Amino acid sequence: MTNALSIKNLSKTYDTGLTALDAVDLDIRRGEILALLGPNGAGKTTLISIVCGLVKPSTGTVTVEGNDIVQNFRQARQLIGLVPQELHTETFETVWATVSYSRGLFGKKPAPALVEQILRDLSLYDKKDSQIMALSGGMKRRVMIAKALAHEPRILFLDEPTAGVDVELRKDMWRLVKRLRDTGVTIILTTHYIEEAEEIADRVGVINKGRLLLVEDKAELMRKLGQKQLTLELQQPLEALPGDLSGYALELADGGERITYHYDTQAKRTGIASLLSALAGAGITVKDLDTEQRSLEDIFVSLVVEENQ
Amino acid sequence: MNFEAVKSIYLFEMARMKRTLLQSVISPVLSTSLYFIVFGAAIGSRIETVEGIEYGAFIVPGLMMLTLLQNSISNASFGIYFPKFVGTIYEVLSAPISFLEIVLGYVGAAATKSLILGLIILATAHLFVPIEIRHPVWMLFFLVMTAVTFSLFGFIIGIWADNFEKLQLIPLLIITPLVFLGGAFYSIDMLPEFWQKVTLANPVLYLISGFRWSFYETADVSIEISIAMILAFLALCLTIVWWIFKTGYRLKT
Ligand SMILES: Nc1ncnc2c1ncn2[C@@H]1O[C@H](COP(=O)(O)OP(=O)(O)OP(=O)(O)O)[C@@H](O)[C@H]1O
Ligand SMILES: [Mg+2]
Repeated sequence: MTNALSIKNLSKTYDTGLTALDAVDLDIRRGEILALLGPNGAGKTTLISIVCGLVKPSTGTVTVEGNDIVQNFRQARQLIGLVPQELHTETFETVWATVSYSRGLFGKKPAPALVEQILRDLSLYDKKDSQIMALSGGMKRRVMIAKALAHEPRILFLDEPTAGVDVELRKDMWRLVKRLRDTGVTIILTTHYIEEAEEIADRVGVINKGRLLLVEDKAELMRKLGQKQLTLELQQPLEALPGDLSGYALELADGGERITYHYDTQAKRTGIASLLSALAGAGITVKDLDTEQRSLEDIFVSLVVEENQ
Repeated sequence: MNFEAVKSIYLFEMARMKRTLLQSVISPVLSTSLYFIVFGAAIGSRIETVEGIEYGAFIVPGLMMLTLLQNSISNASFGIYFPKFVGTIYEVLSAPISFLEIVLGYVGAAATKSLILGLIILATAHLFVPIEIRHPVWMLFFLVMTAVTFSLFGFIIGIWADNFEKLQLIPLLIITPLVFLGGAFYSIDMLPEFWQKVTLANPVLYLISGFRWSFYETADVSIEISIAMILAFLALCLTIVWWIFKTGYRLKT
């Protein structure tokens, strides 16, 4: 089966000499939701812009459903819908006109019923005759999504779709994304918010400084890198950790009232039992304990920190 | 060829122009009327005829050219500059269309609008002076070719410009003087010999001359040269547009 999108050895060095993408390889499967996670300036928008034909790659190839984005740009682009990061909308046109225009631009015959459906799905239908400049920021974002969907793309790029969006719209958006996925649309979204990736994605790619650090099934990622943190609340605050506990990577927190211990849930031995008995042996009484699953956020932060070192 | 896309851009642009129709029609009609009042009445009362043609009628082709050039350039340059400026150009660039189709849509719309304006000027002029058109087909030829060529030229300016000053620079600083000095209001025979030679270096002269020939069969330079010149302009603009397309100049990073 061909992938929805296949990116090979993609690099981009801007005229300024800055390398925004560095030899990225990425295959995106049909019908999946892939979240690209990365800090500001990681190269997420650059990657999307190249696939959509807005930026020329320095090296590498991209195929969309087997169509090269340069040689077969018509077939490739026909399949793609893009909701860019920035709000770029017309000003004086009506919502209806701008969405219909987008459809035509992609070579599709007018389909008022479909445009109506898209506007209804995005709660925009009652605004169809409004001028775009009269809409709120969140509404404009809905318009941009409607424009991207107007030509019935098979692959949808959402570049930071939730920036400046309230809870309601965010929920609407995720509902829409899932519905689209159910109809077989492949969705690639970028985000800074790990919870978002955690909430919606099937797979997660982590990108930093132009390098794709990993791409993993979300569940697998959580499992593989899934560490837990054990927090022990002490009866008596400690000034320092006793020397005979130095074998454990412990941290003293909250002015000596808590000890934290990281362990791997997948390891043969978590070391909890022996830690507890060592504590007892050192005369330290534990008042309470708590364990916490390491979130995708922690994974992300440690990956990025590692990369930066 | 993605006709649906060309049609979409064309109609979208025409709709944009329709919104500003009133001002874009009123201003040239008003200035044309002013030209007639000032040039026709004041100067015309002294000159009366140029090469056997009533002065007021003599300046009509030049006036039409002035409006045509100014409007073609400003319509087309603004049409492509604006999406670049507000960022909506992303959609056009990511659509499954070639640069040729983008040019067809934008330039086609800009040229259509200036053609319509040109004809409105002609109708306005008709209210002031009797006009005869000896070669209507050639008249239309010059009208269409000029509208298309200078809309292409405007499109190039719109792509090149990265601020509003640059956008207005060329029409204001170059085109208007060239039209005024290109024999819009006089025949170059009326100039001293030295200035006649200088004027021959003005490309707009050839347009006005050929256009006026299609009305009255009087011309400063031969009609063949005029036709060759307009075709040469067209070829030049097409070459530049083709180069922009090849390099992605100012469109793609
Ligand atoms: N047109 C450009 N010219 C020069 N450098 C650019 C250009 N566009 C982006 N960059 C640089 O390339 C790098 C990657 O930018 P990009 O926009 O792809 O990051 P991003 O991951 O989308 O960031 P963010 O999360 O802030 O949107 C940044 O350092 C940015 O400054
Ligand atoms: Mg970005």
